[in-house]
Amino acid sequence: MIPAVSVSNIHKKFGDFQALCSIDFNIEDGLFFGLLGPNGAGKSTLINIMAGLARADMGTIHVMGNDVRADWRKTRRTLGIVPQELAYDPFFTAREMLRLQSGYFGKGKENHAWIDELLDRLGLTDKADENMLQLSGGMKKRVLIAQALVHKPRVLVLDEPTAGVDVELRKTLWKFIRQLHGKGHTILLTTHYLEEAEALCDRIAILDHGKLIANDTTEALLELCPYRFLNLSLSSPLANIPELIQKKVVSFDNSEIVLRLHRTKDSIGSVLDALNSADISFHDLHINEPGLEQVFLSLTGAKDD
Amino acid sequence: MINWRGMNKLFVKEVLRFLKVTVQTIITPVVTVLLYLLVFSSVLSDHVEIYKGIGYTAFLVPGLIMMSVIQNAFANNSSSLFQSKLNGNILFMLLAPLSDLEIYIAYTGAGIVRGFLVGIGAWIVSCWFVILPVHNPWILVCFTLIGGGILGSLGMISAICSDKWDHIAAFQHFVIIPLSFLSGAFYSIKILPDFWQKVSLLNPFFYLIDGFRYGFLGRSDISVVTSFAIVLGCFILVSFLCLLILHRGYKLRS
Ligand SMILES: Nc1ncnc2c1ncn2[C@@H]1O[C@H](COP(=O)(O)OP(=O)(O)OP(=O)(O)O)[C@@H](O)[C@H]1O
Ligand SMILES: [Mg+2]
Repeated sequence: MIPAVSVSNIHKKFGDFQALCSIDFNIEDGLFFGLLGPNGAGKSTLINIMAGLARADMGTIHVMGNDVRADWRKTRRTLGIVPQELAYDPFFTAREMLRLQSGYFGKGKENHAWIDELLDRLGLTDKADENMLQLSGGMKKRVLIAQALVHKPRVLVLDEPTAGVDVELRKTLWKFIRQLHGKGHTILLTTHYLEEAEALCDRIAILDHGKLIANDTTEALLELCPYRFLNLSLSSPLANIPELIQKKVVSFDNSEIVLRLHRTKDSIGSVLDALNSADISFHDLHINEPGLEQVFLSLTGAKDD
Repeated sequence: MINWRGMNKLFVKEVLRFLKVTVQTIITPVVTVLLYLLVFSSVLSDHVEIYKGIGYTAFLVPGLIMMSVIQNAFANNSSSLFQSKLNGNILFMLLAPLSDLEIYIAYTGAGIVRGFLVGIGAWIVSCWFVILPVHNPWILVCFTLIGGGILGSLGMISAICSDKWDHIAAFQHFVIIPLSFLSGAFYSIKILPDFWQKVSLLNPFFYLIDGFRYGFLGRSDISVVTSFAIVLGCFILVSFLCLLILHRGYKLRS
């Protein structure tokens, strides 16, 4: 099966600055794929190259088997891009924007029903005939998402779709995108909300300073950091620490002890039993599950404070 | 294979865009022509006779019409495309399956339409001053199309190459406007000293105006065939340049 997106050996410089360095990865057809990375990592640059908005110095990107440079007409029809930056045309209404965009893809009146459905699904029906200038930021974002979908692209690329978007829209958006994914669309998502990526993506690649530093299934990445942290607020200062848990102590003082536990190998029950039998009493407890965030921070070398 | 529908949609969008602000894009330039006519024709009409038997106002009007055609074709494309670039909405066109040629044709076409409409408006107000004969309507149409086409292309080129409004304004005020004022719209180059006559012959706008005037009056400073060949050559040249810039992705597809 041909991959939906195949990135091979992409290099891109801006002046002397190496924005992307030898990027290689595939996105299988039908996958929900996350592209993560800190600010300036090169995510948008890679998406721009894919979309034909920028040109790589070296390397190729294929979308559904077609080269984005040589077969640009085909790849643009297969790709729906939601850009990171808000963009709109102040001369037109939301509905006009969508009809124009659909027209650029060679579609006519037969597509108007789909446009109305998009407006409805994204909660824009009320605002569809207002000038773009009168829409709020979040609504402009929704129009951008609808615009990316007017031509029913097989592969949908979302560059931080949820930045600056309220909780409710985020929920409807994810429901909508999950449905599209369910219908067989391949999704490429970049986001800075790691819980979002953890919950949605089948597979995740991490870019850092223009290099691909991870590319694996979400579970496999989570296993890179299989620990969770148990914080206990002590009722009285510690006298001694039982042997069973000594190795798991991350820190302790008179009022609190933090233990690092393996997700699968350590059982919280036996740890609590050990504390009990050593007569250590506590009045509060919470478990901290850092998940993808921890993996991300340790891989990108950022300091957690 | 051409994306006809897509190209047509982009063209229609560009036309709708200027039609949504007609006061600025059509009415104002027509009023400007009216002001020129008020000033020049009332001041000079009794004093200057350039072609025998043809009053100054009749000489002036074709030049003014062509000037407004070309200035508006330029203004249309430079401001529309540059505004899209600044707002970021140029992206929508760049993401679509539209070729450089399709984009070029859509924009240039819209520039020509704006020039045409302003030209017709200018002609209508000029009827208040003088009713011009029409010697050959096809020549009028051809020169309008080519003039609008050349300046529409130049408008696109300047929008693509500019980084701020200043750059567009500089191009407009230091290149387009001087060339159109010094093109023989207000006088025949035959009245100029030898040296300035030769300089005028280097100005492509001169041929646009001289040929266009022939379409009305049947008189011109130089042969209309020569003018036509020269403006057609210029049109091909700037179109080629514009397509080359689009093809290279200069400043649009970094
Ligand atoms: N047109 C450009 N000219 C010069 N440098 C650029 C250009 N576009 C991007 N860069 C640089 O390339 C690097 C990668 O930028 P990019 O926008 O791809 O990052 P990103 O991963 O999308 O970041 P963010 O999470 O902030 O969106 C940045 O350092 C940026 O400054
Ligand atoms: Mg980005």
